[in-house]
Amino acid sequence: MATSNGSSTGTKITALVVDDDRVINAIHCKRLNKLGIENHVAANGKEAVDLHCSGKKFDLILMDRDMPIMNGIEATRELRAMGVRSIIVGVSTRSIKQEIQEFMDSGLDDYQEKPLTSSKVISILHKINCNEFLD
Amino acid sequence: MYLEDTQVTQRNITYDVNPSFVLMDVDGLRVVVYVYELIDGEGVLDEQFLQLQQLQDESSPNFVSEVVNIYFHESEKLLRNLRGLLLDRDFSDYKKMGIHLIQFMGSSSSIGANRVRNVCVAFRAASEQNNRAGCLRASELLEHEYCYLKNKLHELFQMEQQRVLAAGI
Repeated sequence: MATSNGSSTGTKITALVVDDDRVINAIHCKRLNKLGIENHVAANGKEAVDLHCSGKKFDLILMDRDMPIMNGIEATRELRAMGVRSIIVGVSTRSIKQEIQEFMDSGLDDYQEKPLTSSKVISILHKINCNEFLD
Repeated sequence: MYLEDTQVTQRNITYDVNPSFVLMDVDGLRVVVYVYELIDGEGVLDEQFLQLQQLQDESSPNFVSEVVNIYFHESEKLLRNLRGLLLDRDFSDYKKMGIHLIQFMGSSSSIGANRVRNVCVAFRAASEQNNRAGCLRASELLEHEYCYLKNKLHELFQMEQQRVLAAGI
């Protein structure tokens, strides 16, 4: 199934996978890759923020919650404060409502419990396509 | 009517079966049966492992074994860290234990390591209660489940290799 590009210029959807776990990064990147998405990896929140400071932009950010140096909550707050408008989806093993809410409140567009499945990724992509259409 | 149906069925089998095709695919079937035994029989793996297999394709023909090897490498680091934290009898850093266990749970869920993940959940619950005895028990069980999983996955990869070699002849 061909991936719809969303943007009117026909460029690929870009994604940033932010996670200190190499297993998760390998799986998420492969999943996104199969859907035709160009992806990058950051090992923690600070690397994600630094990438944006250097001028990089992404359509989608998959943000893990628990990471060393800078966690997902801090990184999301920082990115939103910088004016980053990308779709940021929190991904974590945490399932307690309070913890999920705390993460959402930092500026997420959506939250998904690990592991990410293909259907979860596709529902996220629909969000991107809708946003691009509205812009 | 029933007898007629079975006669028709038997007639179809006689004409449609291709023995050489069935024999060539036995190794493939063996791999599939083994995976389902691990999922449905023992609960060692869950459907997430099947999702992982579906990601493997011509552009990355060894994707599953590569990811699993990363998982083994990372898991052994986490297990060493957990062992180290439990060695201190006077003060166990339960918070740090929790952090390692969250990561272990995440990676285990992602490859479908069902039983390992479940033990991590119990271990984490014990660490949140600062329950040293509970943590020690969970740690022992975790090591056991991890070793068991590793052996099973090695067996699976050996079967896959044999299948690939047999298909190439």
